[in-house]
Order: sequence, then structure tokens, then C-alpha cells
Amino acid sequence: MANAKPVVDELGELAAGLDALDSHIDAKPKVSKRLLGSIAPLAAVALVLVIWQVAVLLKLQPAWVLPSPAQVWTAVVQRAVDPNHNTNLWFSAFNSLRKGITGFLIALAIGTPLGILLGLNKKLRLVIRPLLTGLQQLPSVAWVPAAIIWFGLTDTTIFAVVLLGATPSIANGLISGIDQIPTIYLRAGRVLGARGFTFIRDILLPASWPGFLTGLEQGWAFSWRSLMAAELIAINPALGPGLGQMLDNARQLGDMAGVIGSIIVILVVGVVIERLAFAPLRERTLRNRGLLR
Amino acid sequence: MNQPNPAVTLTRTVEGNGDIAVISNLAKRYGTDGALVIDNLNLTIRAGEFVALVGASGCGKSTLLNILSGLDHQSSGQINLGAEPALLFQEHALLPWLTAGKNIELALKLIGIPKAERGARAQELLELVHLPHAYHLRPHELSGGMRQRVAIARALAQGRKFLLMDEPFAALDAITRDLLHEELIRIWEETGLTVLFVTHNVREAVRLGQRVILMSSRPGRIINEWHVAGEEHRRIESPIVSQLSLEITDELRKEIKRHG
Repeated sequence: MANAKPVVDELGELAAGLDALDSHIDAKPKVSKRLLGSIAPLAAVALVLVIWQVAVLLKLQPAWVLPSPAQVWTAVVQRAVDPNHNTNLWFSAFNSLRKGITGFLIALAIGTPLGILLGLNKKLRLVIRPLLTGLQQLPSVAWVPAAIIWFGLTDTTIFAVVLLGATPSIANGLISGIDQIPTIYLRAGRVLGARGFTFIRDILLPASWPGFLTGLEQGWAFSWRSLMAAELIAINPALGPGLGQMLDNARQLGDMAGVIGSIIVILVVGVVIERLAFAPLRERTLRNRGLLR
Repeated sequence: MNQPNPAVTLTRTVEGNGDIAVISNLAKRYGTDGALVIDNLNLTIRAGEFVALVGASGCGKSTLLNILSGLDHQSSGQINLGAEPALLFQEHALLPWLTAGKNIELALKLIGIPKAERGARAQELLELVHLPHAYHLRPHELSGGMRQRVAIARALAQGRKFLLMDEPFAALDAITRDLLHEELIRIWEETGLTVLFVTHNVREAVRLGQRVILMSSRPGRIINEWHVAGEEHRRIESPIVSQLSLEITDELRKEIKRHG
């Protein structure tokens, strides 16, 4: 059967051999490692709970100042099963999240074109960027009194505060992302014939994505805390339920377990959004670009 | 300017006819009173030709390619191109957020190939550069040689008949470079491309080029030109390559000493 041997593509075989020797295809991360990554932070939570419980048992403070973890848990459960929609935890959390996300998306819609414009136009950037950076430094809660006077106790006030908090971070993140693009990708894009809108969509935005993503994460964090600040100050039944209101209600009733429970819920919502939305995006971005170590 | 060396004759046949690039009296100066980078450069490249351009640092090789590809503009002189060129960099320039296949598909998309045809066409091009299984791999998962082959496939995807290569293999190890020389010649023969290959490696130039052009430095001018004769499929170790490299290197050294 020796003469039935197919014609050998020597160059192709040589290439295949060399490629096999030189390339390294990323292995999927081990399940055990991923599991450890998601369990490890719980150890810190457990530690805090233990210290808290010990402090309660030692009666360092009276119960109305420092309630026990169990009392706080009860306060949270009470709110979770509360039949009144205006004080129910789920309705409050959902309504707050809806406002936070809506505000964030509006900030994204404003911050993205602004970031692209300032990322590409260096002269305009000289004029506008200091203003953006200044706004980013300003705690957006400072806008709440002004917004209340302008827009009254309405959703517009809430959105205005969230926008002023998130937009500068998003725009600044995108500008940094654009600044960090290696020149070679921009040249490659131009050589491939990407111009105008196509250049922005196919080259500029994906190339600046790592920096942009950081801006988005920060933008979301600012959205969430601006929203909570606004909800704590701008109290009006017409605004509907919210976690900020829930927290303020508990304070007015002198219900310390409710106060701490509300704080924990606000914290958990922030962490959950980060873990569910941003962490996977960040990991995928780094993995796809071979930046994960 | 010196005449082509008449002692060596062109043996490789050239397909097609007509000129793909006619460069006349080209000069480039950065700024209004900066130093001349390229001075009075005249070069004609015929369709289907493989031209290798050698020179030391500062000979304006990369500037010339940037001007030819439209990324930069000459200060004076004329360039007539028979076809829009594609430029290949020393770094592979693959976009890291796209797989090898999608990098090629982007090039196809930007020249207006309908979406339905892109996948199959990209796979064909990957097969042409001997990378049939690389479609879903990311640039960082490829070796340097594989990346350059994907970059070549992407340049071919643009449908360009004229390839400008700016020291594309300089960063590769010797074994890989040797393989890519062979691959490039094979692709050139299969596709009837015109190649202008810029390098500082004289042996590489003689190994690949039908014509080797030597440039002076500061300012860049063409100082000599050789037609490479010899085997149809020469290798970097071939006697003709060593012989001619020696001759060209001597002249290159003379040129470099002038700047000492």
C-alpha cells in the first residue's frame, strides 16, 4: 500500500508542527479555583458576623444602639413579607434598582458620545475635561437641594442627581480608554479602511473597552450611591417605595435593627449588581484579550 | 543612480503586465525645514513583481511605505499606483478583541462583502495561509508566526493586489522566519500579488526578492539595484543568496561608514 500514500503538503505539515510547538491555547479555569474565588469573600462576612455577635453578647452597647444579627435578620424578613407595597423590601429594592438602572442608562447615553467626542478632539478636551473631572470629584449629593428647588420632589430630581454623579465617570473612563489604545490598532483600523462611524464602532470602542468598562463600573457605583443619597433626602410618597426611604423610615421610628437591615440590603444590592453584571464582563474582556494572569 | 547589475538576469517569470507603482522624484521632509528623510527617489514596480528593499536605519523605508499606503504624504514628487496597496506591519496588528477568523471578517466587512459570505471566505483565507484550525483562536493564543500569517490573510481579504510589508518577520525566531519566507513565496506565486518587502536583513531580501534595492540613509535614496538570478526555489542557505548577500552587504557597509 506504499504507493497509495497521498501527496504530502510538506510546507503545510511543517507549519502545523511549528504552530503546535509555539502556540498555547488558553485552558478553561479550574472549577475548584472559581469556586474558591466565590466562597472566599464569605469568610470575611462570617468574621464580621462573629465579631458583631461577640460585641452584642458582651453587651458593649444597649440593644437600641447595637441590635444583634438575629434582630436585624428578623427586621429584614419582616420587611420582605410586608403586605404594604410602600414599605415592602422587594418593592422598595425593585423600585430603587429601576431608578438606578434607568439613571445609569441615561448617563451612559450622554457619557458615551461625550467621551468619544473628547477622546478624539484634543482641543475640545482641554476645555471640557477639567469640568468633567471637577464634577466627578464633587459628591453628587450636593446637587440634591438644588435639584429639589428646580424639579420639586419628583423622579426628575432623582435622575438629575444620578446623572450628575455617573456621567462624568463614564465619559472620563472612555476618554482614558481611548488614550490607552496602542497606536498600532488605530493604524490597522485605518489601513483596513475603517472611517467615521465604522471606525468608532469597529475599532475605537472595542479598543477602548477595558478603560471604558472601568468607567462604567465606577459610573454604576456613583449612580447607586447618588440614588441612595437622593432617596434619603428627597422624601415624598409620590416617589414610590425605595431603599433610601426604607432606611429613613426606620431611623424616624428609632428602629435600629431596621436601619442596619436597610444598610445591609443596600450594600447587598450593590454587590450583587457588581458580581452579576460587571465582574463577568471584566473577566471575559481580560480573558479574550489574553490579559488574565 | 546606478543601473541594474547586468551580470545577473531575471529568471522568475512575472505574471501580468503594466506597472503597479511608479514613484518619481519622491521627497519627504518632516516639518518645513526638517531634515530630508527621502530624497529624489525613483522606483517602478511592475504587477506581480516581488521587490525587496534594504537599507540601514534612517533610510526612510517605513516612511516610504507609509506614503505608499496613504498613512503619510510626500513633500514632493509623484506616485502612480496601479492598485490600492495593503500594509503589513512589523507587529502583527491583529485586533485583540477579535478571533483570527473575525479579524479577517472585519476586513471583508469593511470592503462591503455581505455577512453571509464572510465566514466561508475567512476560512478559505486561513486555509491559504495554512491555518485551517485557527478561526476561533484569539491573537494571544497564536504564536508570532501564526499571527503574521493571519495578518497576511487579513491583508489578502481586503482584495488588494499590492502588498507592502514593513519588516514583517523581524520579531520572529529564525526557524519561524524561514517557514514564513517559504509561505510568503508560495502565497505570492498562488495569488499573483505584487510585493514590496522592506527589511534591514540583506539575506532575507535576497532570499525573497526578484529584485533587491539598496537605499542610502539620511536622506533615503536608491543607490543600487540587483536582479536575483538562480534557483526557482532558493533557500536562505542557497549559494546564490550567500554570494549576492555578501556583495550587497559590502555596499551597505560602505554606505553606513559614510555616516561615521
